[in-house]
Amino acid sequence: MNDMLLQVEPLIPALRRYARALLRNPTAADDLVQDCLERAVSHWQQRREGNARSWLFTILHNLAVNQFRQSASRGRHVTIDETNEDDFGQEAVQEQTLMYRDVLDKLAKLPDDQRAVLLLVAVEDLSYAEAAKVLNIPIGTVMSRLSRARERLQQEIEGTADETSRNVLKLRSVK
Amino acid sequence: MSHRPITEDDLHGYVDQLLEPERRTEVAAYLDAHPDVARRVATFSGQRDLLRSALAPIADEPLPPELNLSRIIEARKQRPTRLRWAVAAMLLLSVGSLGGWIARGSMLASSSGLAALAQEAADSFNVYAPDRVRPVEVRASDGAQLVQWLSNRMHQAIRVPDLTTAGYRLMGGRLIATSHGPAAMFMYDDDRGDRLVVLTRPMTADQNAPMTPQSNGEVAGFAWADGGMGYSLVGRSAAESLRPIANEVRKQARTI
Repeated sequence: MNDMLLQVEPLIPALRRYARALLRNPTAADDLVQDCLERAVSHWQQRREGNARSWLFTILHNLAVNQFRQSASRGRHVTIDETNEDDFGQEAVQEQTLMYRDVLDKLAKLPDDQRAVLLLVAVEDLSYAEAAKVLNIPIGTVMSRLSRARERLQQEIEGTADETSRNVLKLRSVK
Repeated sequence: MSHRPITEDDLHGYVDQLLEPERRTEVAAYLDAHPDVARRVATFSGQRDLLRSALAPIADEPLPPELNLSRIIEARKQRPTRLRWAVAAMLLLSVGSLGGWIARGSMLASSSGLAALAQEAADSFNVYAPDRVRPVEVRASDGAQLVQWLSNRMHQAIRVPDLTTAGYRLMGGRLIATSHGPAAMFMYDDDRGDRLVVLTRPMTADQNAPMTPQSNGEVAGFAWADGGMGYSLVGRSAAESLRPIANEVRKQARTI
């Protein structure tokens, strides 16, 4: 148990960050992390691999995917515009904060699967192999999704994403 | 210095700082010589920095009490888990021996035939498909080992159906205990994460039976038997949408 505490506790802030960036709703994200931690505690002994980080991200990601699926079937979809202004940070509104909010708005327009890869690799510092494990996809798929995510985000930032794909994205498919 | 061409993956590896130092130097040299590519790589690096800075404050927020790990561990200790498991294990043992005892007697076709097989497939689906941690015991990456093991236990050459043409990848499989002996279970998923289960075992009743639709609660699919082996394919989709996949499984099983 002590071993678990030492390995899992330092990862909680990163799990929170990933959940919130994925769900865009702080309360739902923390609920998800709590669920993840409870599972981690009860399954710690069954864990085979040594890498606690990718194991925890796998649990969290699967819970998030289930959540997407459920909210998709309920037809509820929280866009970035509906969320609280300070969902992503606590600072007063300043130029830098506006810039951050803007990039997170753009990120939110990416399909969920591309967003997940980009966050795991670029923000959470998972290796490509770890990301493949978390997402349960081949490493080649990680690379192609990452590439599409970056191109897509760049188009959003430059405002050149074409209207058709933008409309499709509003439907916000699960994966 | 190697002469391996620079790939798109190398460029991402460069952005994510995941390259070996030697390769990193090679990519840097390439970027010096190719300003267009360098600009693209720079925008990707810029995105990365921006995202990291934008999301960093979340990780700095104090954790709410619900995410206090020591509390979660404590709360769990309050629950009499060990005892519950012990009781469950005893129940399972007694059910197992009762099942074995019943199986010694002659069984009605309805409880050992296709309907029983379909029920076992649905039960396996309900138990293992929602499992996000260990849905299968042996993963598809150890496919050869999986086939060998299941074939030995079933005393039959078992072949894993390949459903990639239908968009489903093999996740792996496991051995399932049924009251009619061991059964092999294979699990598949598609790009959306929807899962399918194929269950196969030797049949005592209904050794040859045509493919019939089956449904058990929310789980539906097909069951049939060919030359003493029974097969059932189930999933959470409507049975009819699974018919072409069931046909594919049957076709492949016949070519053993």
